[in-house]
Amino acid sequence: MSSRDLILARVRRALAGVPDVEITRGYRGPAEDRPSAERIRLFEERVRDYRAVVHVLEEAEVAGRVARLLGGRGAHRVVVPAGFPSGWLDAAGVEVLADDPPLSAAELDAVDGVLTTCAVAIAETGTIVLDTGPGQGRRALTLVPDYHLCVVRAAQIVAGVPDAVARLDPKRPLTWISGPSATSDIELNRVEGVHGPRSLEVLIVT
Amino acid sequence: MSVTFLGMPATRPFPRNAARAVRDSQLRFNLRKATRTIRAKRASVVAEAPDWAELREAGRAIKEHTLRNLDKYLVQLEESVTAAGGHVHWAADAAEANRIVADLVKATGETEVVKVKSMATQEIGLNEALLAQGITAYETDLAELIVQLGDDRPSHILVPAIHRNRAEIREIFAEHMSGWGRPAPEDLTDDPAALAEAARLHLRERFLKTKVAISGANFAIAETGTMVVLESEGNGRMCLTLPRTLISVVGIEKVLPTWRDLEVFLQLLPRSSTGERMNPYTSMWTGAAEGQEFHLVLLDNGRTGVLADEVGRQALRCIRCSACLNVCPVYERTGGHAYGSVYPGPIGAILTPQLRGMGSELDRSLPYASSLCGACYEVCPVAIDIPSVLVELRARAPHPWAERAGMAAAGWVLERSGRLARMQRAGGRLRRLVPRRLPGPLGGWTDTRDLPKVPEESFREWWDRTDGGRR
Ligand code: SF4
Repeated sequence: MSSRDLILARVRRALAGVPDVEITRGYRGPAEDRPSAERIRLFEERVRDYRAVVHVLEEAEVAGRVARLLGGRGAHRVVVPAGFPSGWLDAAGVEVLADDPPLSAAELDAVDGVLTTCAVAIAETGTIVLDTGPGQGRRALTLVPDYHLCVVRAAQIVAGVPDAVARLDPKRPLTWISGPSATSDIELNRVEGVHGPRSLEVLIVT
Repeated sequence: MSVTFLGMPATRPFPRNAARAVRDSQLRFNLRKATRTIRAKRASVVAEAPDWAELREAGRAIKEHTLRNLDKYLVQLEESVTAAGGHVHWAADAAEANRIVADLVKATGETEVVKVKSMATQEIGLNEALLAQGITAYETDLAELIVQLGDDRPSHILVPAIHRNRAEIREIFAEHMSGWGRPAPEDLTDDPAALAEAARLHLRERFLKTKVAISGANFAIAETGTMVVLESEGNGRMCLTLPRTLISVVGIEKVLPTWRDLEVFLQLLPRSSTGERMNPYTSMWTGAAEGQEFHLVLLDNGRTGVLADEVGRQALRCIRCSACLNVCPVYERTGGHAYGSVYPGPIGAILTPQLRGMGSELDRSLPYASSLCGACYEVCPVAIDIPSVLVELRARAPHPWAERAGMAAAGWVLERSGRLARMQRAGGRLRRLVPRRLPGPLGGWTDTRDLPKVPEESFREWWDRTDGGRR
C-alpha cells in the first residue's frame, strides 16, 4: 500500500460515523462600497502605525514628489517594472532598470530601490497586496532592494480583509505587505528592518 | 507500532524539568517580560475587532468541517497543486518525510538548503536527518538562527528563542556566527536593531546564492492549491521566491477548503500570534510559481491517530498562533523546554501525549502541566477546549500505584460509616506522629503543600459530644 493510500485509509477509519458541522459566517463580510475619505484616512493611519512613511497627494503631484523622495535618499539607480506609469518618473532624473531581461539577485541587491503600484490595499490592517500584475513586477523586485516606494490609488483601498480576498486571484503569486520588514524575536518587541526592504514609502493618490 | 518522533526525546517527567526551570531566575525574568508584552498587544488588537467572537466561531467551524472531510480535501488539494505544476508527496511518518526531502535535495545536486521557520520540519527533526545525508540546512528566521547558532532547543512555537534576552543573543552572535558564515560585526551591541542588522548581513549572501529552500505552510487551500506562509522578517519571502527549488513540508491538518476561508484566518492568526493587525509579510503561491520547481510533502506522523479520538481531535484545529502559551501561568514560569517536545505550553500538553502516546513518564505527566484555569481556551482563536482535553487525558493516563492504592483504601473506609468513625478516632490519637512530609511516592504531594493538621476531635465526635452545638 502506498503512503498516500495508507494515510487516506487511516483518515477514513478515524472519521467513520462522525457528524459534519455547519459553518456560520456571522462576521463582517466584504463591504463592496466606494472608498470614502474616512477609509483613506484609516489606511493612512494604519500604514503609519507600522512606521512606514505615507504621503497623500493628487495625481498631478506624483512626478514631483517621486523626484524629491528619490533625490532626498541619494538614489541613482532604481528598478521600475513594466506597466508603472512612465509619467511619474519624468522629473526624477535617475537611471531606471526595467528588469527585462530579468536582473540577477546580486544585481537587484545593488540597486537603490524599487518603485511599484499595487493590486489592492486594505484600510483596516494597513496592508498593500501585490499580485505581480502591471507596474508590480515579479516577487523578487520588491524584496531584495532596501527601499520600496509603492503608489496606491484611492480606488484600490478596500475596507477589510474579506474585501481583499474577494478581489484577488489566487492563481497569481501574492505578496501581502504590512509595513517594512520587522521582527518580534528579541524579547517580543517589534524592531523594523531585517531581510526585506527596511524602508517602505507609500504614496496615496486621491 | 513505533513511537511517533516529535523532535526531542521524551526524557524526565514535566515536574522535574519544571522544578529546574523555575530555579533559573534569568529564564523567569525573560519569559515574564516577553509574555507580558505580547499579552497586552494581543488583547488590544483583539478588542479592536468588533466581530472577534464571530470570526472565532467561524474559524472553529471551518476547521471542524475540514477535519470531518479531511480525506476529500486532501485529495482535492493534491489535484489542484498538481494541476498548477507542483508535485505532491505523502509521508506516513517522520522518517519517510525526511527521506523524501533528502532525496529531493540530492536530485538537485545541492548540499546546502535555506529554511523558513516551520513547526512540521522541527517536529520530524529534518535538519539532523539532512545532515546525516551530507546536507546542511541553514535556519533563516532570527529566533531559529539564535537557537541554531547557540546549539539550543526551541522553547516557543512562534519565538523559539523567547528564553534568551538581548545580552545573551549578542553573546551567541559574537561567538558563533563565524562558524556558520559571515561573522558578527566587531562592535556588536545588544541593541535589538543592531542584532537584527547583524542577522541581515550574516544571511544576505546565503539568500542570494542558495538554490533549494525548505518551508512549512500556515494554510493550504484545497480548492485552488494555494500555499500560504505568514512571517515578519522577509526571510520567508527570500526562501520562497529566490531559490530554484522549493519544498514545503505540511501537516495534513493544515488544509482549508476554500480560498474564501482565508478571510477568516488572515484575521484570526496575526492578531492572536504577534498581536498585530497584520504581520509584515504574507506570501501565497499556487503550484510552480514564476517557473520554480515546487514540491509539497503532506505529513501524517501521528495526526490520523489524533483524528480518531473523539475528544482529542480538536487539537488538530490548532493554527499554531501560540496565544495559549503566552497566557499560561505554568508556561510563564517553566518555559518551553520543560515540556520535552517541539510543542510546548497548553497546546503541547494535549498534542504531545496524543501524537507520541503515553508510554514515557514525561508524556504521562504532560496532562498535569496545567492548573486548569481555562485562560488558554479563552484566547484560542479556534476555540480548542484545552482544559477538557487535559482532564480527559488525565483520566486515561495510567495512574501511579500509590495513587491507586490510596484510592482503594479510601473506598474501603468510606464504604461503611463505622469504619470511617474508627479511622478518625485512630487519626486523632496518633496525630502527633504525622510527619511534615509524606513518605515514599506520596512525597510529591507534600513537596508543594503543607500537610493539613489532623484535628484532636473529628466533626462526628464533636457532634456526638455537643449534640450539634446544643450542649
Ligand atoms: S491551541 Fe489555540 S491558542 Fe494555542 S497555539 Fe493552537 S490555535 Fe493558538
